[in-house]
Amino acid sequence: MPKTPAELLDERNKRINDAIALKTPDRVPIAMLQQVFPARYTGMVLEEAFTDPDKWLAANEKTIVDFEPDMFFSLGAGVIIPGRVLEALGSKQFLWPGHGVGSNTPHQYVEGEYMKAEEYDAFLDDPSDFLIRTYIPRSNSALEGLSMLPPLKSLAFGAAGLTPLLLAPPVAAAMAALNKAAPEAARWHAAYDGFYKKMEEIGFPALNVAVSIAPFDLISDLLRGMRGSMLDMYRCPEKLLAAQEKLLPFIIEMTIGKAHMSKNPRVVIPLHRGADGFMSIKQFEKFYWPGLKKLIFALVDAGLTPIPFFEGSYDQRLEYLREFPKGKVLCWFDRTDLFKAKEVIGDVLCIAGNLPISILQIGTKDQIKEYTKKLIDVVGKDGGYIMGSNAPLDTANPELVKVWMDHTKEYGVY
Amino acid sequence: MTNKLIDAITGMQDEQVLTIAREIMESGADPMAILDDCRTAMEVVGQRFGAGEYFLPELILAGEMMRQVSELIKPRLTKDSGPKKNGKVVVGTVKGDIHDIGKDIVVFMLDIAGFDVTDLGVDVPAEKFVEAITVVKPQVVALSALLTLAFDSMKATVDAIKEAGLRDSVKIMVGGGAIDDSVRVFSGADAYGADAMAAVTLSKKWIGGS
Repeated sequence: MPKTPAELLDERNKRINDAIALKTPDRVPIAMLQQVFPARYTGMVLEEAFTDPDKWLAANEKTIVDFEPDMFFSLGAGVIIPGRVLEALGSKQFLWPGHGVGSNTPHQYVEGEYMKAEEYDAFLDDPSDFLIRTYIPRSNSALEGLSMLPPLKSLAFGAAGLTPLLLAPPVAAAMAALNKAAPEAARWHAAYDGFYKKMEEIGFPALNVAVSIAPFDLISDLLRGMRGSMLDMYRCPEKLLAAQEKLLPFIIEMTIGKAHMSKNPRVVIPLHRGADGFMSIKQFEKFYWPGLKKLIFALVDAGLTPIPFFEGSYDQRLEYLREFPKGKVLCWFDRTDLFKAKEVIGDVLCIAGNLPISILQIGTKDQIKEYTKKLIDVVGKDGGYIMGSNAPLDTANPELVKVWMDHTKEYGVY
Repeated sequence: MTNKLIDAITGMQDEQVLTIAREIMESGADPMAILDDCRTAMEVVGQRFGAGEYFLPELILAGEMMRQVSELIKPRLTKDSGPKKNGKVVVGTVKGDIHDIGKDIVVFMLDIAGFDVTDLGVDVPAEKFVEAITVVKPQVVALSALLTLAFDSMKATVDAIKEAGLRDSVKIMVGGGAIDDSVRVFSGADAYGADAMAAVTLSKKWIGGS
């Protein structure tokens, strides 16, 4: 008798959770980082995915139903951002299909020094004030008027001082931009909520809904830019650390809130600047690792399952990961030597990823089967491994993706 | 005495560098000699980066110190006689990809290794590479990318170079986040470089140079 969707959902969730808890599941689970792959797979122009949530979610549904992964990747933050919202806000931080990049090119992030080195004090003094009056107006052209708001501290005297300012044309324009963006953002949120619910009803759990960020990366990616944050390590290291301390509770609170609201306890944390080659071990120990470790522990304490996604390579810093709580964290790797990772952290942490996207895009069926088999044999030994690609499938060849999925399900049985 | 400047740069003594450079200049030293010391210091920084002692913060800070000293002495430079370059390399992030971190490190390392580097920037269409090869006449072309969409762009770039009849005049290397040796084969490039040091090693192998 075929399994019901509810049974399939339970089975997939159990397979995933067993692997993360270092128990041996019935077979190696496989997770699909589909990201913008569904557009290509269903023949959509990618630009449409940014303006038509219903069409975009239908493409995702078709992809997931056709490939039947045990988990699919969150569609939220960092994947598709509603284009009309970006447009209304005048975001300078994203180029999206048809708007700065080709209509079939995935969106890309534009890093900038939106906070200057000399502004750490203002940020530390009152982060929310700095963010709304300086960072947001600088990074969104339609919100420049927010820089004319009075210091948020003035609200201590009540709202009366604020109201006349709202009539100033630049402030009014910023408010109008927010009002324009709001219904579009709400439309997307509602569509996403419906989508996750529907996928569960037909038996497919999401890997995660919530996404988080390490404190160093928040400063480096979003506020200071890489150049700025790296110079800060020499020029104002104490302020760089103090800013991380300040941000950490915000990040934790936001992440827990988002995860609880989604009812999905798994949280993906893409990691950028702490990888091999970016900074020395000494710098990693001082500037990167403490913030990341605190974030991971806080999320585990809140009953969540963090999934740090180690972009680049962590070959030289695998030992640190042993400090994570045993069986409570899923470590997703990009180019790290997974066979070495299994040796170093395999008794403490579940491992995922590493199947080279290049094979799924320009490789052969035999190469895929061979690599998949090796990962299952070595890294999947006795459980603790989730099959996944080293990067999003974006431009992968659907035929090769199918071979990979099928071979994992067939060969990965324990 | 000017070793103080080299030591300050290689030792990442950011706050002392300008003071030392000013002192040396006021003592009547040849501004060219100061510039040479800076270059020596950058070579040391590059070597330490290659040896895994220095990382991006040091490369970025060294670049910043070099820029400050150059600005200081520029008005005093009477002649523009850069050191002899080892050969020409054209570098760019291929079409569709706007990421520049990896490319910038390669440019930096090639530059301090004595190559004459033309940086075409990011999201560079194949035609622009072809044009640069025609104008600059480099011996080496380096294609960078972070994203998987670049596999096709790299292939399109190599194909365009072929179609323009320029393939035999250049060696082509590929590198960056999602790139590996299979992309070298797929695109028809000559080599894949795993990091910025590989870009230097390959260029030296192909062009020669110290």
